[in-house]
Amino acid sequence: MNPFHIASIGSLFSTRRIQGLALAGALAASALSGIAIGADKVRVGMVSTLSGPPGALGIDMRDGFNLALKHLGGKLGGIPVELLVADDNFNPETGKQAVERFVKRDKVDFVTGIIYSNIMLAAGQAAFESGTPYVSANAGPSQYAGKDCNPWFVSAAWQNDSFHEAAGQHATNKGFKTVYLMAPNYPAGKDALTGFKRYYKGKVADEVYVRLGQLDFAAELAQLRAAKPEAVFVFFPGGMGVNFIKQYVAAGLAKDSTLILPGFSADQDIISAVGDSMLGLFNTAHWSPDLDNADNKRFMADFQTEYKRIPSVYAAQGYDTAMLMDAGVRGAKGKVENRAALMKAMKTVKARSVRGDYRIGANGYPVQNYYLRVIGKDAQGQIVNKTMGTIFANHADAYGKECKLK
Amino acid sequence: MTGILIIEQTLNGLQFGLMLFLLAAGLTLVFGIMDMINLAHGSLYMLGAYLMASLAAATGSFLLGLVLAVLATGAIGAVLEFMLLRRLYERDHLSQVLATFALILIANESVRMLWGPQQMMLNAPAALAGPVELLPGMPYPAYRLAVIAVGLVVAAALYLLVTRTRMGMRVRAGASNREMAQAMGVDIRRLFTVVFAIGAMLCAVAGAMLGPLLAVQIGMGEEILILAFVVIVIGGIGSIRGALVGALLVGMADTAGRAFLPILFRAFLPPEYASGIGPGLASIMIYLIMAGVLFWKPQGLFPARG
Repeated sequence: MNPFHIASIGSLFSTRRIQGLALAGALAASALSGIAIGADKVRVGMVSTLSGPPGALGIDMRDGFNLALKHLGGKLGGIPVELLVADDNFNPETGKQAVERFVKRDKVDFVTGIIYSNIMLAAGQAAFESGTPYVSANAGPSQYAGKDCNPWFVSAAWQNDSFHEAAGQHATNKGFKTVYLMAPNYPAGKDALTGFKRYYKGKVADEVYVRLGQLDFAAELAQLRAAKPEAVFVFFPGGMGVNFIKQYVAAGLAKDSTLILPGFSADQDIISAVGDSMLGLFNTAHWSPDLDNADNKRFMADFQTEYKRIPSVYAAQGYDTAMLMDAGVRGAKGKVENRAALMKAMKTVKARSVRGDYRIGANGYPVQNYYLRVIGKDAQGQIVNKTMGTIFANHADAYGKECKLK
Repeated sequence: MTGILIIEQTLNGLQFGLMLFLLAAGLTLVFGIMDMINLAHGSLYMLGAYLMASLAAATGSFLLGLVLAVLATGAIGAVLEFMLLRRLYERDHLSQVLATFALILIANESVRMLWGPQQMMLNAPAALAGPVELLPGMPYPAYRLAVIAVGLVVAAALYLLVTRTRMGMRVRAGASNREMAQAMGVDIRRLFTVVFAIGAMLCAVAGAMLGPLLAVQIGMGEEILILAFVVIVIGGIGSIRGALVGALLVGMADTAGRAFLPILFRAFLPPEYASGIGPGLASIMIYLIMAGVLFWKPQGLFPARG
């Protein structure tokens, strides 16, 4: 008897099954959303994580993207759009196959949608090799920002480190003398703390890495209490973050040490899971529900009417991704078959955005503002993020200078 | 300061250990008395947590939800034993492993169909959501204290049940020599159903109490099942006392490893290695303890069979 194999066999089984369902779902989605007539159309292939607990982000991103298409009258740059959707099941190999299918069989004009950086790194090459523009709606690995930057990659979101850098700058601005850092022991966790330390000038009280997927933080929180830091910065994605914040508050640490979070750990998906305990927490992002611009107001109102929930930052990114593609097609005068022109236009033409004005740097990553946000109640009593101030204005990522692209 | 830290970590270890005990107690009884390997034990833990999350939300009361979830899981356990598992007692261990592994897959997919793939929200009751000041300068989460209290009460009740009641006597008789107990007129079939139901109820208590601390999600039972097996191997198969000692040992070793090994390694390693090695070694430590026990006392610390 060997109980140690249960988990792996079990997950193998369920992955297979979901794959089948996802395929059926993707086929149905592409059949339903095929609004194109004739050859004169733009085809967009969206590969995203849409099922299981990690799928909440992808679903928000997709819905934001669809809302933008609706606002654009089902067109990108005036040309009818055909959207193909595939679920990567949170699996790099599945994501890679989906991208390959889109660029080889469906000959899409844009690929987009990947949420998680590990999937992005596995799947990106397939789009780049075929010379298909990849417009990132979320994942922004440092590998694509620095010396391995790619002419076919452009992001409508951010580089992975940016929220953490803004959090570090915030800790410096507030004059925190000691900050305690925690993250899961995997590449994005280490990048997060590196990003924070890049702009934090005080003393690091301690730097703790836990196993990815750990849900009980009792032992770590006791250590944290003993260290008595002025502030705590953590990056825990998804369910880890939900549990950490709940347990942090339950342990009575909130009054001793100020918790600083990157926007990923304090956005609508986490707020809806944790609830009132999140009130008053500070976090950083490039977008906030209350940003004062016409596009954002329309986005906030229509998203809530359409999907009956408050949009997250991922929904905002999905929306802006479609807007960036729209700007690209317009800039290329509708000649979508000229992929180089599409890329050039996306990097130069000003795109509409719910975050306000931004531009794309030479490495394909945005140069934009990052804001300090605090979680509070809005006029209707819903718990949402509110903008407290600008931490970085026109901030570019740290890797761009190693990129040789012009 | 360090004194407080040690007390706090001991409480954390105790809390984890007691919950492991609830799982291991049912497992060790089923394994010891019926000679049955039940891999689906973790699925009962998952079912307990899901029922708890639904019932607590439906009734609006944590306590009522807990009682109902425990009873419902116990009933599911009894039905499972009656319908399926009793046909497996006479088969070899391989058939039991295959059949109960199938149960894991069925349970996971059933939960996916009934509750959906997203994890369920289960929050601690509002009165226990905050900290309490145990000692001056040492606040501790009230809910974790409640978990410890529930664990201690259930452990005491189980101890009394096994050592002081007629049913407990039969259970012990069945664990130490099944044929002899049968020959002396113990209705083994009914006893098995009752024992299995009790095991399922203990699972539900653990699942319901850990739900707010961990996450109520598909597959939550498999990870913890492995630890429960380690516990009963350390404690001695069939022994409740062994399960308690083994569970506390594993709980303490895991917490201490996560808490103190990184500090130790940080003295001479950069932090990203130190805090990676610490938890890694802590999880190995559990298996080292198991290996040591198997080497010196192959029957476990408190063997049930003489």
